[in-house]
Amino acid sequence: MICEASCTAEKSAYVISNANNMIGIVNYGAGNIFSLTAALDRIGVAYGMVDEERDFAHFDRIIIPGVGHAGTAMRKLTESGLVEQISKLEKPVLGICVGMQLLSAFSEEGDADMLGIMPLRTLHFDGRISEKVPHMGWNSIFSTGTNTLFQDVPDGSYFYFVHSYFLEVDVNCSAALCHYGLDFSAAVQKDNFFGVQFHPEKSGKAGEQVLLNFAKL
Amino acid sequence: MLAKRIIPCLDVKDGRTVKGVNFVDLRDAGDPVELAWQYSEQGADELVFLDITATHEKRKTTLDLVKAVARQVNIPFTIGGGINELRDAELLLNAGADKISINSAAVRNPQLINDLAKSFGRQFVVVAVDTRFTDERNFVYLRGGRDKTELETDQWILEAADRGAGEILLTSMDHDGTKNGFDNVFLKQINDRIHIPLIASGGAGTQQHFVETFKQANVDAALAASVFHYGEILIPDLKRTLREEGVVVR
Repeated sequence: MICEASCTAEKSAYVISNANNMIGIVNYGAGNIFSLTAALDRIGVAYGMVDEERDFAHFDRIIIPGVGHAGTAMRKLTESGLVEQISKLEKPVLGICVGMQLLSAFSEEGDADMLGIMPLRTLHFDGRISEKVPHMGWNSIFSTGTNTLFQDVPDGSYFYFVHSYFLEVDVNCSAALCHYGLDFSAAVQKDNFFGVQFHPEKSGKAGEQVLLNFAKL
Repeated sequence: MLAKRIIPCLDVKDGRTVKGVNFVDLRDAGDPVELAWQYSEQGADELVFLDITATHEKRKTTLDLVKAVARQVNIPFTIGGGINELRDAELLLNAGADKISINSAAVRNPQLINDLAKSFGRQFVVVAVDTRFTDERNFVYLRGGRDKTELETDQWILEAADRGAGEILLTSMDHDGTKNGFDNVFLKQINDRIHIPLIASGGAGTQQHFVETFKQANVDAALAASVFHYGEILIPDLKRTLREEGVVVR
């Protein structure tokens, strides 16, 4: 299992010839993506970077990563010139952590408008719960129905979370719920858009399964 | 529910594991990457690497180590040791570290906590504190418990949290190495006063010690080294015991 020779996470992109089951990672400067590309390497899923609009055509699926401040992330995404294209995408899109919050309508972090793909608000834990903030560590999640993203992932599986803001629960969009002082959306879906609040790249085998499921959508 | 975390701590020097490790099926006990992978397979929730590399030149090996761990291990990990400025932390972040831990550098320059939290987010910043009970009070010690400071431990922890620490790793030097259990009284005192996660360290000898620190001090995580490295406590057994005792674990 220790596979030094086959690990190529340092490469920023594979050679892109044609779209062949590859994931495009939206590269808009919101945090480090080394852990994400390392996880994709571990599960044998090819990927490349989406730096500009025309790159979207090279990939079958898109991941929007993100750590840090949602308001800042939205500003950087806007500056990258990719916003309009993302909203129009019809291929599967997965937002991770702040990347998921970008799919919402509005975030209290920086009081910023988000992409508005889902009619949900991103809210601050502070003032709403008595637990410690950020919500950091492994928490169990429960799906709200059957969702292909969680195929072969038992209900109640633990995932790794690090966040101070959360997406509220919505009967139409919440695909999985997590409890930390209150119920929030651990995962959301609307049409071809998916989002997970946890870090699948840091969530052991369960996290790798979610990434694999997304790669097979 | 949020699970209590079990964290094995590995000492590394020049890219190799230092303390003896006694796992049955380990190919190379000195290879921190293989050890880390083994621990993640056993169900460790997180890992801490304490880098005790002495010379600045050899730090490159630490970065290589961090990259190798990030590539192969699917749980979060923290790296501590030798982080004195933002640049040190940035290199580790870009190499794939989830968190960094600072100890004496923060005592010497408390502003470092603010700067790190502002640059990389407070979830990235663990402040490690070594404490010893002297003159009826707990004081912060440096250099593995050798050098006493004038800082009272509770005051320093409150200051660190205020400055932007995302987590506190509190090691009782009085308990460390004794295998008589964690300093749950002091840990509880601290835990009741901070609103960020607290990691208990120092004194783990039995599975029951972990049960006690989670139940009595309600800490968020417990860290240990030798009991895990020497196979005295196996993580799957520990998790089972904790579960039976009603502690929520993954």
